[in-house]
Amino acid sequence: MYEWDFSILFGYRWLFLQGLGITIAFTAAIVVGGIAIGLLAAICLLSRFAVLRAVSLGFIEVFRCTPILVQLIWFYYALPILVGIEMTPVTASLLALSCYGGSFYAEIIRGGIVSIDPGQQEAGAALGMTPALVMRRIILPQALRRMGPALMNQSILQFKNTSLVSVLAVPDLVYQGQMVAHDSFRPLETYTAIAVAYFVILFPLTVFVRRRERKLRVSA
Amino acid sequence: MTTSRPMIEVKALRKSFGTLTVLKDINFNVEAGGVVALLGPSGSGKSTLLRSINLLVVPDGGSIRVGQTTFAFGPSHKTPRSRELAAFRSRTGMVFQNFNLFPHMSVLQNVMEAPVYVRKLPRNEAQDLAMAQLEKVGLADRAYQVPQTLSGGQKQRVAIARALAMEPDVMLFDEATSALDPELVSEVLLTIQQLAADGMTMVIVTHEIPFARDVADRVVFMRDGVVVEEGPARQTIDDPHMEATRSFLSHFHKGRMPR
Repeated sequence: MYEWDFSILFGYRWLFLQGLGITIAFTAAIVVGGIAIGLLAAICLLSRFAVLRAVSLGFIEVFRCTPILVQLIWFYYALPILVGIEMTPVTASLLALSCYGGSFYAEIIRGGIVSIDPGQQEAGAALGMTPALVMRRIILPQALRRMGPALMNQSILQFKNTSLVSVLAVPDLVYQGQMVAHDSFRPLETYTAIAVAYFVILFPLTVFVRRRERKLRVSA
Repeated sequence: MTTSRPMIEVKALRKSFGTLTVLKDINFNVEAGGVVALLGPSGSGKSTLLRSINLLVVPDGGSIRVGQTTFAFGPSHKTPRSRELAAFRSRTGMVFQNFNLFPHMSVLQNVMEAPVYVRKLPRNEAQDLAMAQLEKVGLADRAYQVPQTLSGGQKQRVAIARALAMEPDVMLFDEATSALDPELVSEVLLTIQQLAADGMTMVIVTHEIPFARDVADRVVFMRDGVVVEEGPARQTIDDPHMEATRSFLSHFHKGRMPR
């Protein structure tokens, strides 16, 4: 029978905390970046210009239909050769994860926008608002409220997806865990502790999302 | 020659949706301060015509002039840019069947929105203007509520205040009372009647025949995308010349509008 001993992990607490800090900072960055990209892609999808629609759709499908792990490696190794710019593991990871997330956010945001009653757009237009102003002041505030739970769910996935940046040696929680496991010869304790850390952060968020969803359903 | 040009001039207007022709060569004018009621069965094209006047529907041919602005349509004319459209629409107020209030804003914010973001008025000035319009429709005490808490009639009066806050040259009403419970219709009609008395130029699509007879100076009867008959409101409703008009009106009571 395996004898569990979590106490040895205490000696590595600063490493874990550092890793956790990077994971959280990464998540914040790729959620913001992903939503920005998703918003842009969604608006292009709804554009009256066929070229914009095609480009946006192409982007979304490429990132939705390829594995994120492959994208990470591709951004780090292939892109610098193709465009001739050096890329740090952090930049490559941020780009890949933001684009990957963006392709999913785009569909959520597009769905949210088209779910708003066309009468809202008409009312704004009839008051002399330009299409951009109608989008910013009338449609998006209503759509974003409605999409909140779906965006949160996608962001929870984004949080977990950051664990993949360890393959590019970005020192996130999982990467630091690998270091600790090697150093302590205690991989079971280490990875269990990491799993618990992810769970403790994400579980309250999923509860929160579920509650928001129920509230939206009641008010709708 | 008349001394003043009509406020609204619609010439040879045409519109099709796919193979369905909705408007065929429509001509009509509205004098400044005049009230025209567009009547006719559903599908006659009256709503499309009304929406053409502020270009929510872009016609295929003909021309529209409101005030000083003229738009001509057809293969030889380029479609107006969205900025031109917006500037034009800011001079015409429109009230919809389903109110289309902004649910994420208070009543006051609904009315202030366009003055602040389209006319770029300072916030305090826009607020005074908005409160004055809400006062006019009798809903100043509801300014800080959200639209969802109002009755249908109140919502429609807020929508009227919202349109008036842009101080438009003309007001367009698209079946403004059709979505209302019967007991809420008269408060909205009275608000519109008050506007007519104030000298607002208006085009009203309505099924309230007694109201049209009372409030409009002229009526335009439409059927299948053409103007069947046009004339002074009372005379035309009481004694229509065309068979189509007569058969349409026979479905309605011609009593006076409810008070």
